[in-house]
Amino acid sequence: MTEVRRSVLVNAGADHAFKVFTEKFVTWWPAGHHIGEADLKDVVVEPFQHGRWYEVGTDGAECDWGSVKAWEPPARLLLAWHLNGDWDYDPDPARASEVEITFTAEGDGTRVELVHRNFERHFVKPERLREGVSGEGGWGGILLGFAKAFV
Amino acid sequence: MAFAALGDPTRREIFTLLVAGPRAVGEIAAELPVSRPAVSQHLKVLKEARLVRVEAQGTRRRYSVDHVGVAAMRDYLDDVWGQALANFAAVVEER
Repeated sequence: MTEVRRSVLVNAGADHAFKVFTEKFVTWWPAGHHIGEADLKDVVVEPFQHGRWYEVGTDGAECDWGSVKAWEPPARLLLAWHLNGDWDYDPDPARASEVEITFTAEGDGTRVELVHRNFERHFVKPERLREGVSGEGGWGGILLGFAKAFV
Repeated sequence: MAFAALGDPTRREIFTLLVAGPRAVGEIAAELPVSRPAVSQHLKVLKEARLVRVEAQGTRRRYSVDHVGVAAMRDYLDDVWGQALANFAAVVEER
């Protein structure tokens, strides 16, 4: 399956968990994974549908990661992931994967489940998609840079 | 190696055809202005780069895209999100 599923039970309410996930993203994101040249200073998830999801470097430069597809605090967040395998931003939504995070009460805590799906979209070649020959599973081509990095 | 394999325009065409669906050598040769032996040669390079794989269906051999690239991205992000959520849980529980 081309998806990642991760789940964690936290000893806190869903409101707090959702807040930490969105407002304090930079405090828990593995800092080595960023696309700007300077070190990572902040990661912003704008608190509304169609909001931006971007990093800010210590040099002040902003680099987009994706966008907010659904903003439903404190139960659910759906993000579009526009970074390909080379950690390059690709603005085409047809070539973006998505990350869905749900926050569900469990006992005294909150179950946070994360699903990152549709990686195959990062391989889709836009002109092929428009021609309607993308074929099974949405494959339409390959990002050459991605192949370089991962195959 | 995969990058070099896709640096050739004919090989890129062949790869794109296979992305649309599995094909036999003859089918690829029929769709592109390339001879069968040339197609076979290109497929060999693509196979060595692990971009395509071959499967035998009865007496026919069909080529298809090797999904190892997607699998590698999945494994990588599984790792990143695993670290991220462990950190996340720790931050959430800070009082």
